[in-house]
Amino acid sequence: MRNLWVLISKPDNIPIVGLLFLVILYTWYSLSKALKNDRQGFLDESTLSEKIQVWPNLVRVEFLGTLFVMVVLVFWSFLIDAPLEEPANPTLTPNPSKAPWYFLGLQEMLVYFDPWIAGVVLPTFIILGLMAIPYIDINEKGNGYYTFKERSWSILIFCFGFIVLWVSLIVLGTFWRGPGWYFFFPWEPWDTHRVVALTNIDLSEFFGVHTRSADYSLNPAAFIFGAVLVLGYYSLIPLYWILKKDKSGLLKKLGPIRYNVTAFLFLTMMSLPIKMVLRIGFNIKYVWVTPWFNI
Amino acid sequence: MFKIREKLQQTEVWKSIFRHNYQDTNRNRALQIVDNVFLHLHPVRISRHATNLGFTWGMGGITFLLFIVLTITGVILMFYYRPAAEYAYEDMKYLMNDVAFGPLIRNMHRWAAHAMVITVMLHMFRVFLTGSYKAPRQFNWVVGVLLLVLTLLLSFTGYLLPWDQLAIWAVTVGTNMARATPLLGHEGPFGQQLGMRIDNDVRFVLLGGTQVGPPTLLRFYVGHCIFLPLIATIFMVVHFWRIRKDGGISGPAGNGKE
Ligand code: HEM
Repeated sequence: MRNLWVLISKPDNIPIVGLLFLVILYTWYSLSKALKNDRQGFLDESTLSEKIQVWPNLVRVEFLGTLFVMVVLVFWSFLIDAPLEEPANPTLTPNPSKAPWYFLGLQEMLVYFDPWIAGVVLPTFIILGLMAIPYIDINEKGNGYYTFKERSWSILIFCFGFIVLWVSLIVLGTFWRGPGWYFFFPWEPWDTHRVVALTNIDLSEFFGVHTRSADYSLNPAAFIFGAVLVLGYYSLIPLYWILKKDKSGLLKKLGPIRYNVTAFLFLTMMSLPIKMVLRIGFNIKYVWVTPWFNI
Repeated sequence: MFKIREKLQQTEVWKSIFRHNYQDTNRNRALQIVDNVFLHLHPVRISRHATNLGFTWGMGGITFLLFIVLTITGVILMFYYRPAAEYAYEDMKYLMNDVAFGPLIRNMHRWAAHAMVITVMLHMFRVFLTGSYKAPRQFNWVVGVLLLVLTLLLSFTGYLLPWDQLAIWAVTVGTNMARATPLLGHEGPFGQQLGMRIDNDVRFVLLGGTQVGPPTLLRFYVGHCIFLPLIATIFMVVHFWRIRKDGGISGPAGNGKE
């Protein structure tokens, strides 16, 4: 239990406790507003749409808000000192070395993917994917008010990305990851000498196909096995299009470009939880091993 | 209350400060906004729900406030800080132990930076949940995503400046991934085939060396204090301008003009 307190009360971790609290609060608050709007048949926001003068109505809110934030910030800064550790020493690596908290999701992804995917490709797609949202979500409803019913899918997918894949990985990286990036319960003391004998295998080996021969050369069968799985995963995109094109009104409205972008981004996002299950549940390291890169 | 105010307004002192009285009319209220260079960022009139904290959570505004706080405290910190490896840590020690209000300024800068990352995340979350990125605000969402990235980069570059163990190792972990950039990193797919080595790939350009060292400190310092705030300011100007041009804060009926 002492360890839990040590973790929570670290000056740099206090904001994360605050973030977790606020995300839970706002998720609950906005969903209850959305469900209320859906249930009552009129929008709460519509009852407040008359025009009012900015002075004093908005200026007052801004002034009081500024006052409140400044009071909190000054108190916080009087009570808790920003950390200053030993001087930088490039020869002494701390264990664990953690990235700043907002990047812990990326650091956690390094467990499941090679650095070129976790550190470069996925972050790029996260940024591009966020930017693409307004252009691929063609549902015109739910613009400017809280609702769940009218756009349940987009809300569920966004919340999955935001809450599960970002916020909760930050919390995991801060409180559950210890020396060697091993998993520790937050209340468990950190054992810096822990070594876990991991026997990670590739997915093909799970089915008895060895990735490499005795002379370390790549087994063509394993290569083909991985290629079929990875390319097969993404070929679900055209397959679904061909099967559903004529029946689904949504696909028609999306059109081929939007559909492909959306489906690609969605499958790429889902590759993270898939890889997490494979890794944590079955000790699978790679799905596809090639001479140039591994996935 | 009103009696006292009236009495006060009769006194010579009051009259010498306020030369005429302020009549609370809609015209005067409008003039308060348009005659003030800062307030005229706002429209004169808005719909009531846009002032409702239950709708916007105030998170965009608080993010902007924190950015201003960071600019002011940051300039003060710059008086005491030299971005060279042999001085940086000593300057931090000096600031924390011997400068009057030094710790307060540094703490405010650090906690406001953390808080700004949180508020910008929550702001994005709110904008998504109210569907406010839909037409005509698509482009302002894109500007917002750039602001999110800039906020994270500002925070990350600032993390290195104390030049303590926490700083260099967090930045080492963060920048190590750049080794693996496809094509442009020496450990990334097809990097070696394209002639990437540890001393000429993207990570080298980022760090100014093969590991986090004094040139990295200078690079991050210039990025943190000049380049990134400048770019972020420009995008914030565009962001606020677009809010007005897109018809003010979104709302059920608010998709028309302000
Ligand atoms: C430095 C970062 C940012 C600042 C200072 C900022 C500031 C603001 C402010 C003051 C507003 C007015 C409404 C409100 O307070 O909620 C606003 C609205 C908006 N912001 Fe941001 N913002 C930032 C980042 C972002 C991000 C990351 C996104 C999305 C990815 C975003 C998208 C939007 C959109 C679409 C609106 C219009 C919302 C509406 O009409 O309801 N902004 N922003």
